[in-house]
Amino acid sequence: MLTRREALLGSVLTAAAVATIGSGPVMAAAKDVAGLPREKVTLVAPPFVHAHDQAAKGGPKVVEFTMRIEEKPLVIDAAGTQLNAMTYNGSIPGPLMVVHEGDYLELTLINPDTNTLAHNIDFHAATGGLGGGALTLINPGEQVTLRFKATRSGTFVYHCAPGGAMIPWHVVSGMSGAVMVLPRDGLKDEKGKPVRYDRIYYIGENDFYIPRDEQGKFKRYDSAGDNYEDTVKVMRGLIPTHVVFNGKAGSLTGENAMKAKVGETVLIVHSQANRDTRPHLIGGHGDFVWEGGKFANPPAKDMETWFIRGGSAGAALYTFRQPGIYAYVNHNLIEAVELGATAHFTVDGKWDDDLMMQIEAPKAIAS
Amino acid sequence: MSFDPVFTFGTIAAAALIGLGVSNAIDGTPSRFRVPPAAAELVTLKPGSFEHPQPGEFLRDNHPVPTPMTKETIHTPLEIMKFQVTASDYDRCVSDGACKPADSLLVGNVPVTGVSFLDAQAYANWLSAKTGETWRLPTDVEWAYAAGERFRADIEAGDGDPADPARRWLTQYRNESALGRKADPEPRPLGAFGANSKGVADIAGNVWEWTSTCYAHVTIAGDRIAGSLSNCGVHVVEGFHRTYMSNFIRDGKSGGCAVGTPPDNLGFRLVHERGGFLRAAVRRLGLT
Repeated sequence: MLTRREALLGSVLTAAAVATIGSGPVMAAAKDVAGLPREKVTLVAPPFVHAHDQAAKGGPKVVEFTMRIEEKPLVIDAAGTQLNAMTYNGSIPGPLMVVHEGDYLELTLINPDTNTLAHNIDFHAATGGLGGGALTLINPGEQVTLRFKATRSGTFVYHCAPGGAMIPWHVVSGMSGAVMVLPRDGLKDEKGKPVRYDRIYYIGENDFYIPRDEQGKFKRYDSAGDNYEDTVKVMRGLIPTHVVFNGKAGSLTGENAMKAKVGETVLIVHSQANRDTRPHLIGGHGDFVWEGGKFANPPAKDMETWFIRGGSAGAALYTFRQPGIYAYVNHNLIEAVELGATAHFTVDGKWDDDLMMQIEAPKAIAS
Repeated sequence: MSFDPVFTFGTIAAAALIGLGVSNAIDGTPSRFRVPPAAAELVTLKPGSFEHPQPGEFLRDNHPVPTPMTKETIHTPLEIMKFQVTASDYDRCVSDGACKPADSLLVGNVPVTGVSFLDAQAYANWLSAKTGETWRLPTDVEWAYAAGERFRADIEAGDGDPADPARRWLTQYRNESALGRKADPEPRPLGAFGANSKGVADIAGNVWEWTSTCYAHVTIAGDRIAGSLSNCGVHVVEGFHRTYMSNFIRDGKSGGCAVGTPPDNLGFRLVHERGGFLRAAVRRLGLT
């Protein structure tokens, strides 16, 4: 581990050296950025998203975020199964960060000395430097600040990528989240007409690989490091023991079910940093879906199920038309029901008989 | 523990053992069958009447309504196991080759869990054969009678609104959420959830129990039942709340409660049929 860490730290130094050599243009750009307005945003835990403008007011700015990395045990199902989680800001997934195209996202990443591992962050929205991973590797007790320009709009995954075998292990331990870069004038339909949302929810889907003992029961480990060897064996089988939304089976059901009203338009951002998935809203649709998550492409319309590639985030916009309970699932139904990937919406409003009506209740078959 | 209206029969176990001796003599098989602990400790409930919300789904004028209350009567003393059948009790049936191993890996003095309706029936049949008496699952009414003040029935959903079916779905979902019951999957030793006022232990703890009552769709017209269609591939399961499970389901988490909290575990307790021994003896003597 130390060798790997040293190697990675070495690569960081190299990258820094390169940056110094090319300091001319970098300095000029930095000077331009220095004059931009700055905005400090406090992040909120998913499925909620910090307040933001859908269409940008004014020109580009620097948006500042801070995230603390927390290594801590988390319960991931009703049976009390424990994950030695690694988290951005304490939650799985990490919070959604929203900026506009042309803005600069400036993140201060803190790795408190209560942690045991080195971490970093790779932004799929960023350009160069391994998505920022090469410039952000920090040991426990360190912090780092990275700025990148949001050059293209869309929803993008971020995740920990501290080198080699550490990468998938950190990701399936919970270290991923998403960034949403909105077009400056907001979202548009396939004809370029503006579309707006009344609510936004961010759902991060995770595949977990918890080792079992000889009797088939999930094992517990004192710390993340203790589980590494066993966990990698399960990971190599490629069959997750859990597929869940927001870190835990049932995390978005019951009291924590997402809420909406008939007539409201909801944007659902869905990320999966590691493995393909296929969200489906039972009883609803995707009115406008950016499957790949990139807003420069026209949205697909009237989708029943959409595909989120592992390592990406997508966005689906839907206006609820009927009240009731909606299940939002990964439509591999085995993963939804047996492995945990089910969330609920409770939707209030007036029922529309035109859309659906039970003409005759169940009764004995007429002979 | 209150002895009224219940009287706990310390003598029942003794009577059962004496009965065993007789039945063995009749059989000519002098096996030393030790009565499983759960079967040895019964609670006898006095006959009585009570108001009971019926199990199943009820429709009036084509829309769902809360399950109607009916007056139910237990006509003869009801002998029911004080505790749920334990893992070690069940294991003896497995050793005899009459029961399939339960899904739960727990052993000893904890309720057997990870068992289906079919498993519970197999155990009742095995115990009846072994003791020469009649053991069976309680009906939903019997279970409710034994559960006393701990009986909850289905999660309330209120009257269906013919103009808006969603209202009932939302009400039920919110009522269930509001109960705030957290998953509690680890079975505890017998008696951990205490006894109710009738002296029956562990009712509505974290092990739901199979009953012999079938799931039904019932149509109500006026104040009478106009039609009923039952599906005995699904049985009523009782516990913290009432639910309905397919006969082969062993893990409630994947067997029912489409939305909301599923049973933590599935287990059972049995009713001892009074006079069962006599009937069995009569049967063995070829007098029927």
